[in-house]
Amino acid sequence: MRNRLIVNFSPHLHKDESVSKIMWMVVISLIPAGLAGVFIFGLNALWLIILGIVSALFTEVALQILTKRKITVLDGSAFITGLLLAYNLPAHVPFWLPIVGSVFSVAIGKQVFGGLGQNIFNPALVGRVFLMASWPKYMTAFTKPFDTVTSATPLALLKEGKLIENISWLWLSEAKPLPSGLYLDLLLGKKGGCIGEVCILALLIGAAFLFIRGYISWHIPITYVFTAGLLTYMFGAKGLLQGDWLFHILSGGLILGAFFMATDYVTSPLTRKGQIIFGIGCGIITAVIRLWGGYPEGASYAILMMNAATPIIDRYTKNRVYGIK
Amino acid sequence: MKKLFHEFLKGVIKENPTFVLVLGLCPTLAVSVSVMNGIGMGIAASFVLLGSNIIISLLKNFIPDRIRIPCFIVVIATFVTITELTMKAYSPALNRALGIYVPLIVVNCIVLGRAEAYAQKAKVINSLFDGLGMGVGFTLALILISAIREFLGTGKLMGYTPIKGFEPAFVFALPSGALLVIGLLLGFFNILKNRKI
Repeated sequence: MRNRLIVNFSPHLHKDESVSKIMWMVVISLIPAGLAGVFIFGLNALWLIILGIVSALFTEVALQILTKRKITVLDGSAFITGLLLAYNLPAHVPFWLPIVGSVFSVAIGKQVFGGLGQNIFNPALVGRVFLMASWPKYMTAFTKPFDTVTSATPLALLKEGKLIENISWLWLSEAKPLPSGLYLDLLLGKKGGCIGEVCILALLIGAAFLFIRGYISWHIPITYVFTAGLLTYMFGAKGLLQGDWLFHILSGGLILGAFFMATDYVTSPLTRKGQIIFGIGCGIITAVIRLWGGYPEGASYAILMMNAATPIIDRYTKNRVYGIK
Repeated sequence: MKKLFHEFLKGVIKENPTFVLVLGLCPTLAVSVSVMNGIGMGIAASFVLLGSNIIISLLKNFIPDRIRIPCFIVVIATFVTITELTMKAYSPALNRALGIYVPLIVVNCIVLGRAEAYAQKAKVINSLFDGLGMGVGFTLALILISAIREFLGTGKLMGYTPIKGFEPAFVFALPSGALLVIGLLLGFFNILKNRKI
């Protein structure tokens, strides 16, 4: 009989999780939003997503061969980067845009720092911001749902002050009735926007999956959304406490950013306390950019800025080691 | 003669001010938007470097050690003033493009660095070649960086369009693009350097 007793050091608890399993679970949770995006904007969106993923994987392999490191392309992290980058594009950009963005994301956003786990910024957002600064005319050319006509996002309309005719926001303070179905349209994704960010419902389904499986905790996303909502409620309209917080939460990349990008394990704080600070910081910056900044949307910049602050948050929220004063 | 040539080459390759010593990054970041600006800045800084190296090397026995930095600055500022007035007289367009960065050569750390680290200890002829080499190295580095940035950022090279249909990435015309290009080039030259050994 074989000896079944194994004597070993701690830790004895074992969980059937690995980096790559979690990565692929995140990919699964992102599928509904992608399907919704393809349904809303047409097959062109699907091609952009595929191009983004393939070029991200290709860049990862090429750089790992070039630098003679272990090839870890199947761990899913490059897949997620390509996917998220494509989700952050308008649906009718030229085909080379996701390719350039993915190459930049993986090469500059991740591999330059030494690969997965070493990057300071969320790679997909690095790619998005690079594209945004390089080719703003493509990155802001959003199309109407179920159509190829260009249209602006709700947040851009808001910034330009055109929302008064289209959909309300100032109407609230002027006590006029709200156009019916506005929030439903925003929730289901019948609005201009990026491929993956428009259908809030699909994103929430994916996020619920991640919550139930325990891959993300509430600390970052909920504080993020709550802070952004609170600030837009307080300062969003002319008077105090009259802003349309639901409109702000349901439009733009806030939900996609809060649940899938701000929660990136590598670039967010480790401790619970730190994660709450991180979420609140993201919310404040997003609201400030949306209400007073030059851009209509600030979620990506907010997350990147808080990524930069992550090491210092980690330093000040270190858990007390048990037994030490 | 060979030794002097070696002094010259050192500044261009082995101790390139931008890519190896990483000095003078402020003007490098600021003016490397177009190749013309890069060349202008490189020549201006080279002239100042050459002049200050020679004069400081000549005066090295007369400068008291304790107040050497102010003395160096006075010498450097003299040459910068000559450069700036000449530039204003003969190519006002370039002077406008480079703006504040021409007078700021006074505090360019390449110039002061060579005076402090080399010219105040070396023979005049050696200092001359050192200054020349550093100037050429700085100019070449600026041309390289500004060529990459001008092409990627505006799709042009010296005002011409080499590839039709190329969509310029505007970020390279911004300061962030300059940091990106310089960082990647530094990494690239480090790879080359490590491979040789």
